[in-house]
Order: sequence, then structure tokens, then C-alpha cells
Amino acid sequence: MSAARSPSPPQRMVRSWGLPGPFEHHVIEPGRVGDAPLSTQDSWLPHGNGRSYGDVCLNTGHTLVHTRWLDRYVSFDAQQGVLECEPGVTLARIVGDMLPRGWFLPVVPGTRFVTVGGAIANDVHGKNHHSAGTFGHHVQALWLRRSDGRELECSPQLNADLFAATVGGMGLTGLITRARLALRRVPSGWMRVHSRRFRSLDEFFHLNHEAESRHEYTVSWIDCLSGGQGRLRGVLLAGDHADAPAGQAQFPQAPGARSFPLTPPVSLINPLSLRAFNAAYFHRAAESSTFDQPVWPYFWPLDALHHWNRIYGRRGLLQYQFVVPQQAGRQAIEEVLALIRASGMGSFLAVLKTFGDRPSPGMMSFARPGLTLALDFPNVPRVHGLFERLDEVMLRHGGAIYPAKDARCPAALFAQGYPRLAEFLHQRDPACGSTMARRMGIEC
Amino acid sequence: MLRIAIYGATSRIAHEAARIWAAQGAAIVLMGRDVQRLEEVARDLRVTGAPERVRVQPWDIDHPLSARTAVDEAAAAWGGLDVALIAHGWLPDQARAQDEPQALIRAIEVNATSVAVLAEAFAGVLQRQRQGTLAVIGSVAGDRGRQSNYIYGAAKGFVERYCQGLRNRLHPAGVRVVLIKPGPTDTPMTRGMSGGAPAANLKLADPADVASAIVRGVAAGRPVVYAPAKWRLIMTVIKAIPERVFVRLKL
Repeated sequence: MSAARSPSPPQRMVRSWGLPGPFEHHVIEPGRVGDAPLSTQDSWLPHGNGRSYGDVCLNTGHTLVHTRWLDRYVSFDAQQGVLECEPGVTLARIVGDMLPRGWFLPVVPGTRFVTVGGAIANDVHGKNHHSAGTFGHHVQALWLRRSDGRELECSPQLNADLFAATVGGMGLTGLITRARLALRRVPSGWMRVHSRRFRSLDEFFHLNHEAESRHEYTVSWIDCLSGGQGRLRGVLLAGDHADAPAGQAQFPQAPGARSFPLTPPVSLINPLSLRAFNAAYFHRAAESSTFDQPVWPYFWPLDALHHWNRIYGRRGLLQYQFVVPQQAGRQAIEEVLALIRASGMGSFLAVLKTFGDRPSPGMMSFARPGLTLALDFPNVPRVHGLFERLDEVMLRHGGAIYPAKDARCPAALFAQGYPRLAEFLHQRDPACGSTMARRMGIEC
Repeated sequence: MLRIAIYGATSRIAHEAARIWAAQGAAIVLMGRDVQRLEEVARDLRVTGAPERVRVQPWDIDHPLSARTAVDEAAAAWGGLDVALIAHGWLPDQARAQDEPQALIRAIEVNATSVAVLAEAFAGVLQRQRQGTLAVIGSVAGDRGRQSNYIYGAAKGFVERYCQGLRNRLHPAGVRVVLIKPGPTDTPMTRGMSGGAPAANLKLADPADVASAIVRGVAAGRPVVYAPAKWRLIMTVIKAIPERVFVRLKL
């Protein structure tokens, strides 16, 4: 055995959440913000926790600037709930440290194991988009280091264009070295949850509209194998921060997570397992019920199983998440569901939500008014054909694809969804690149 | 409220241990050479824990004559010391240390001599108090000299022998000495290295796990803590290999 030191920067195999790769990268891991060496000749990309599904967090064959050691808090204003921190701090750590003090993040995505930098770079959204907007809406300022050596403070008031380019900017504008986040007060670590079953898209729209006017958080899980003739089986979960139920700890701790220990050779998600799962899941949900739930399973049910992506086997998974504008929404969703049913391939996770009207803060932000559906599939050859047919629906109905989830969207569809692309490219750091940027043809 | 002094808190393992202690409400003094880097750690701990319970105190191992003064000051910060953690270290390039006497001398200075100087200073304070725990970060590398890292290993071996003696001396005073032996850990210090383990596919340990082991080991006052625990078994096996066999190996 030898402790072999390779010449810097060392080669490392990197994967993303959905793509096992492995993909060869040169990885630079600065120990401190001050050390971040960006004088590399090679194209580089900041990299956080790698929880993006596709290739937005990869720069295959080139350099990643990994932020995992840039994980320090800088300051916390306990009166205002304003937190300053380095980009590698995870949302999990922030929630873990701040929840017991009665603070929470205003917007959280479906996993808490993302870094602040990653949350900004993808301008992530959560179940409360209709009330709170995106993650970027609560970033008061960020500090960006560019490859020309400049470090710029950016906010909606200062270097506003660069701020708007960096929020949702997929790391292509430079390295975020610090961010200032506004937290929000919560009375406890508990949520009051109302769940309602629905059986049709009509019923979904009705329940969803009502729920959004009364509750802070709403999301629906649908069985995309059900349906046809307007039928669609699903559960809508509406939630609000609430006081702890009697007899319970005010701030329950995060549960100890189990890990999925190995990668099976083939996906455990297949049409048979999926039907069984959906049947069990949707039958378990009562017609309508109200219950208390800690924040941990409410916001992040999948985080309880680390490496759940391994369930999909060695080929990994592909996610298709899109948003379609309100007017087209219903028609588009019906066409999408019909195509999925026809393919015989169900999605283990099908999450349906409406976005609110608040304009997103980033030039390249995904969230916009309309209806969004997120679908997971095992990465098998048949899925690509289905995705191409889904693309066609998107093109016709003015849909946009979410870069954080995408691994194969054609450049034309991508461009359709992001009319501010040219404006964004003006702000790009010429030294920054990514596999996705090259795939979409948006290298400088 | 635990009162803790840490030398070498900019090291990832020590920083993680400090985070755990800060979250538990401890009062912490961070000692080290690079004030700017210490301040970065301090800022992090002031958010994780209580802002008024974190102090930075500069002191450099290259000024051994002022060790006692520095330690006395650290102990006075919170009116006494419950835990002292010596966490600094430097992993030299073995080949360079073999070829260049200065590199070898420096490796021993940093990893062995300076540890002892600082430990003596802390021992004085803890002995006078008649209570407390001195924790020192060693390494599994100190368990047996092997061709790939014996200069570092020898220094860490010195640390083990030294801690044994100190433990013996301080026992009547009710002061405990805890030696932590991490296996290869994933930190900026080991950046670019492979697992460097007897079995090629053994992963580097997570510094947060090593830190948990330190905090638990200190609380229990155990003489020697392997982190992760599996290294105790691994090193028992390594140590048991007869020398005439070991010399042929390329571990």
C-alpha cells in the first residue's frame, strides 16, 4: 500500500445524483475561500454536493472546484435571522443548527443535502413556491470570485445583472465565496399536514387552488399509471408550520438515516414493483386526513434513505421535470400522462405542483407561473424514446426543462425555455464550463 | 459548561470536534499560529455555539519558551480548563524527508517535539487544577513503522510513548490523557492521496466521524481511541505480523 500523491490537480471519478458515470475530472478542493485557485488554464466549474440529477454539476474531462471544505459559517444576526456563510454549507446543517433556535430556511428543495452554492446555482424551489418564491428570493447578497481575480459583491441592488445571472446560473458565472441568507421564524419543528385524495385532474386543480389559498406548502404525488379519460389518482399534501403537538419535543431531531448499501445490477424500479408500490401508497392514504409531522419527513422523505438513487441500479436514473404555462397546463399534462401510460413505464416519483406568480430572481431560473411535474425513470434505452415524445409536447406547449434535473434535453427545447439565455451569456465567466453547457452549445 | 482549549483548530478534524463542543455549549479557546485562519474557524463556531464563548489566542509552536505563558492565558480565559486538545500535525512527503535532513527535522519537530512541549505546558495547568483531560491526536501510523511513512509514523510513535508516561504521571492528580489514533482521514492534509490502507479499497474516514470519536473518547477518558474503531483490530493484526515477514511487505 502506498500513499500516492498525484500531481495537482488530481484526477477523480465523479458522478451526479442520477448519472453514475463515472466521469473523470480534475478536482481542486480549496481548504479555505482564500485559497481557491482559479488560475487554472482549464475550464472549471464549482461543485457542491453533486445532488443535481444530470450533468449540470459535471465538467467531464476538465476541472471541478469542489466546495466541500468551504463550509464555514461567517456570521448570524440572531435578531433578524440573517445568516452569512461559505458556499459549501449544506441546507441540512443550517436546518440542524438553526431549527432549535426557531429559525428555518424560507425555501427548501426536496433534499436538504445540497449546498448553499448549489441551491443558488439552481435557484431551487420548494412546496411553498406559491407563497415564498425561490431560494434566490431570500439571498440578500452573494460574493462571486471570477477567473480574472476579481471578487464582487452582488445583490439585487449592487452588480444586479451579475446577481441575476448567478442565481440559477449553474455555476457558470464564477465561484460563490459567500452568501447572505434571510431565514424565517418557525414556532417548532412540526408541521400540520392535511392530505386529500383526488381522482381526476379536475379534482386536483380544484383542491390545489383551494389549498394554496389556505396553506403555505402544497404538493401532490400522482400515480402516473392510473388515469385515462380524465382519471388521475393522487394525494395532495398541504402543510403549515405549527406548534408542537402536546407531549412532543418542540424541536425533534433529524432521524438517523439508513443507507442503501449497494448498487443492484439492475434497477429495482420496474413496472411490476411500481404498480405494487403505487397501489399500496395510494390506498394507504385516507380520503382526507389531518396529522402532525416533523419537518424532516414532511420536507425530505427520501433523505431518510441515503443513496436511494442506488435503487435504480448501475445505469442510474433520469428525471424529467418541466414547467408549462397556466393556459397550456392542463392539456400538456394530459398529453404527458397519456404518453407515459402508453409507454408502460411508470415513474416512481411523480410530483405535481403549481408555481405562483412571483417572477424568479434569476435570468435562468426554472420556476415560473404554471404547472410543474417531476418524473423519475430508470435510465434504460426505452426511456429515451419516451423523453423525446415528451420533448415534443413541451415544444408545442411552451414548456421549459429544469437544468438541475436534466441529462439529455435537446438544445432547442432548452433555449425555448430560457428566453434570457443571450443576456445570461454576457455575464458568464469565460473560464467556467460544464458538461451541460457544452451539450447545450452555450460555451462562449 | 465545558471549557476547552484547542491547539491546531484549523485542522479539519479539530474544527469538526470544536463544532460538536460548541453546539454542546462549550467555551472554547482556539490557539494557533495563523490568526486569520483561526478567526475563520472562530466565526464558524460563534454561529454553531454561543458567540461570546469563542476566543482566539495566537501562539506558535516555534516559540516553545512561551508555551507555558500561552497555556496559562488560555486556561484563564474561562477560569479553568476542562479539556485541552493538541491537534496540529503535518504529513511530510516521505521521500523528501528521507533525502533532505531539514525536512526530516521539521517533521519530527512539528509532529513530536512540539506536541511534547505543548503537552507539558497543559499538564502543568491540569495538574495544578487536579482535574481535566488532555487529548492528543496521534495516528495509526505510530503503531508500526512501515516503509511508506515511517518518519511521520515514528513521530506519532513518540507521541504514544510520551502520552503513556504523562498519563502515568498525571493519574494521581485525577487528570486523564486521551490519545486519539485516527486512521487515514479525508481532509485537506490527505488531499490527493489514495486510501493508503492495508486493503486498497478501505476508504478514508470522514473527519466528522473522527471528531465524534474524539468527543466521546474525551468524555469517557479512555486512554487510547482508534477512530474509526475498526482500526484497533486492523492495527492489532498489523502489529502482530512478525518482523521477518513484515520487512518483505510494501505496506
